[in-house]
Amino acid sequence: MQANPKGVLTGTHFLDGDQACCEGALAAGARFAAGYPITPSTEIVERFAWRIPTVGGMFIQMEDELAASIAILGAVWGGAKAFTVTSGPGFSLMMEHIGYAAMTETPCVFVDVQRGGPSTGLPTLPAQGDMMQARWGSHGDYEIIALCPNSPQECFDVTIRAFNLAEEFRVPVMLMMDECVGHMTEKVVIPRAEEIEIYPRRHTARGPGEYWPYETNGDLVPEMAHAGEGYRFHITGLTHDERGYPAMNAAAQDRLVRRLKNKIRAAADRLALYEEEATEDAEVVVVSYGITSRVAQRAVEMARQRGIRVGKFRLVAAWPFPAARLRELAQRVKVFVVPELNCGQMVLEVERAAAGMARIIPVTHAGGDVHRPETILEAIVEAAR
Amino acid sequence: MTAVVETPVINPVEPFLRMDRMPHIWCPGCGIGTTVNCFARALIESKADPEKLAVVSGIGCTGRVAGYLHVDSFHTTHGRAIPFATGLKLANPSLQVVVYSGDGDLFAIGGNHLIHAARRNIDLKVICVNNFIYAMTGGQTAPTTPEPATTTTAPYGSYEPAFNLPYLTESAGATYVARWTTYHVRQLTRSIVEMLQKKGFCLIEVLSPCPTLYQRRNRLGDALETMKYYKERSKTRHGAPTSEVGLTMQGDIVVGKFVDRDRPDYLESMRRRLAEQLGDKFAGVGVLA
Ligand SMILES: Cc1ncc(C[n+]2csc(CCOP(=O)(O)OP(=O)(O)O)c2C)c(N)n1
Ligand code: SF4
Repeated sequence: MQANPKGVLTGTHFLDGDQACCEGALAAGARFAAGYPITPSTEIVERFAWRIPTVGGMFIQMEDELAASIAILGAVWGGAKAFTVTSGPGFSLMMEHIGYAAMTETPCVFVDVQRGGPSTGLPTLPAQGDMMQARWGSHGDYEIIALCPNSPQECFDVTIRAFNLAEEFRVPVMLMMDECVGHMTEKVVIPRAEEIEIYPRRHTARGPGEYWPYETNGDLVPEMAHAGEGYRFHITGLTHDERGYPAMNAAAQDRLVRRLKNKIRAAADRLALYEEEATEDAEVVVVSYGITSRVAQRAVEMARQRGIRVGKFRLVAAWPFPAARLRELAQRVKVFVVPELNCGQMVLEVERAAAGMARIIPVTHAGGDVHRPETILEAIVEAAR
Repeated sequence: MTAVVETPVINPVEPFLRMDRMPHIWCPGCGIGTTVNCFARALIESKADPEKLAVVSGIGCTGRVAGYLHVDSFHTTHGRAIPFATGLKLANPSLQVVVYSGDGDLFAIGGNHLIHAARRNIDLKVICVNNFIYAMTGGQTAPTTPEPATTTTAPYGSYEPAFNLPYLTESAGATYVARWTTYHVRQLTRSIVEMLQKKGFCLIEVLSPCPTLYQRRNRLGDALETMKYYKERSKTRHGAPTSEVGLTMQGDIVVGKFVDRDRPDYLESMRRRLAEQLGDKFAGVGVLA
């Protein structure tokens, strides 16, 4: 399906990452946003509030992030594409509804423009400290998808991808930005609506009376219906059966939870989204994402000038983690250097994927600033020694 | 022996219930089922289209109501039925959205959402079953527990003042506020019919026995005893100032319709403002995917 031209601001613009994210959401067909102001994410909903009345849809500023994160789920069941936007402290409050969205298979997008934490931390300064929270923050076993753009252009493109994946897999998709990417202004090219591919809602073709909300018919992702269409269905966050009815037993739990996980796991290879450069003959590979990948780029260039055989691996999708590809690389790469704006989060996944086959050098940073390229360079030099 | 041919007697409320989910989980003597019966009868009386009606519940014994009603129904998270319902209503304004939940769900963990939805005047119809206790979790103190009732978390008796729900809801801006008990089935049914016809944020508080965890623990007898209490101590005072309808343990119960007023609801205010500011450029609020 092609994008609805109403929401697409075709042209070449200078936008910051937050604004580009908003335009991506509009292009993807989001017509409902709920939010609660928090630096450095607020610009996304400020722009949405300004743009949406002329596109057709609405923004509501809720009383807190608990409210915002479930108002969007109500809107989805009412037929909308919807998202919410926040930063660390608000993301913490949204966790229960990430779980509810995962459990009820409500397609939706959560944007987290990361800042320094824990707690109120550094409201205006960057970090990448919520990466594990995005994966594991809500209780119980579930899977989500998380994407981490590194430029305003990618904020636009990847936001559309986030909405498409949310619809395809009926999962909450996290867009893990950071303060730097959110606030940096660069050229953003917005294509024509016909050039933007949209994954439509998996709406059932069955009529009322022949439809159950969690019947999968051999697939792993069930079809949806919306309230008010005559289906008279039931949705619950309790463990449920194919009919959507509560089923309080271990067998139903096993069936449901495993399907919720498998629908993402089975597609992990297809969902792996990364950028690789000069890894063919590399003995050192720098693994990074978000703003850190841009600093790492500089460090990699500096190292190559010194003749070090170093490659670059950039995560565009952090979750599911592209473990299979990194495992392949680990068979011939000596060292993975992993800089990130936290005290070591995604590096744990790199370690798991490498399974002892390659050495790992984390380059940690508690946040508040980006790495100096020299710091990453030093790690590369040490790795190559 | 002669064969007895039984003619099935269909209860008129059955089409509104998920009969495939019966029997329900509620205890004998619980008042929640009575309120559901009144609600279903109100739907029949008001000729509500069940396909255009959604019921949203939070978590609790009352929160299970959504699952037993044969309409589009959502059992959400504890305290968040109102913001879920807000999103649902705004995405599809043609839906009649009813929020059906307990006093703890709506006024403790969800209290902030309730007052803001009332302030915004979101067109939601709230039925709050007040059993003075957190029932689902085994009888802990609720924001409605009257002093000095005993609960599992106030084993020596509660010493917190309780909320006066109609007063709070009116102050926050609701357009319709009433209170009944499960003894007042006809009045409650009529009140629900009336509420379904109103526009804006409406709330009916229904006092309801939880014999298992509140009445028995406090030696207040069984469900029948509670009905007697409701009957004897309820005073109907329509239009009573809500500041005067606070409840005490086993004291008088003021029932009736306290608030019935009109003010523009959220969508109306939004449409008016945006049309005024944007003229022809205003594309409307339709949000369907
Ligand atoms: C976030 C969260 N906290 C706590 C609970 C546990 N819990 C379930 S129901 C409930 C209280 C319900 O009381 P009330 O809303 O008065 O409903 P009742 O059971 O009395 O009908 C609590 C505390 C929960 N499910 N979720
Ligand atoms: S515990 Fe109380 S409120 Fe819950 S079902 Fe039993 S009687 Fe009803």
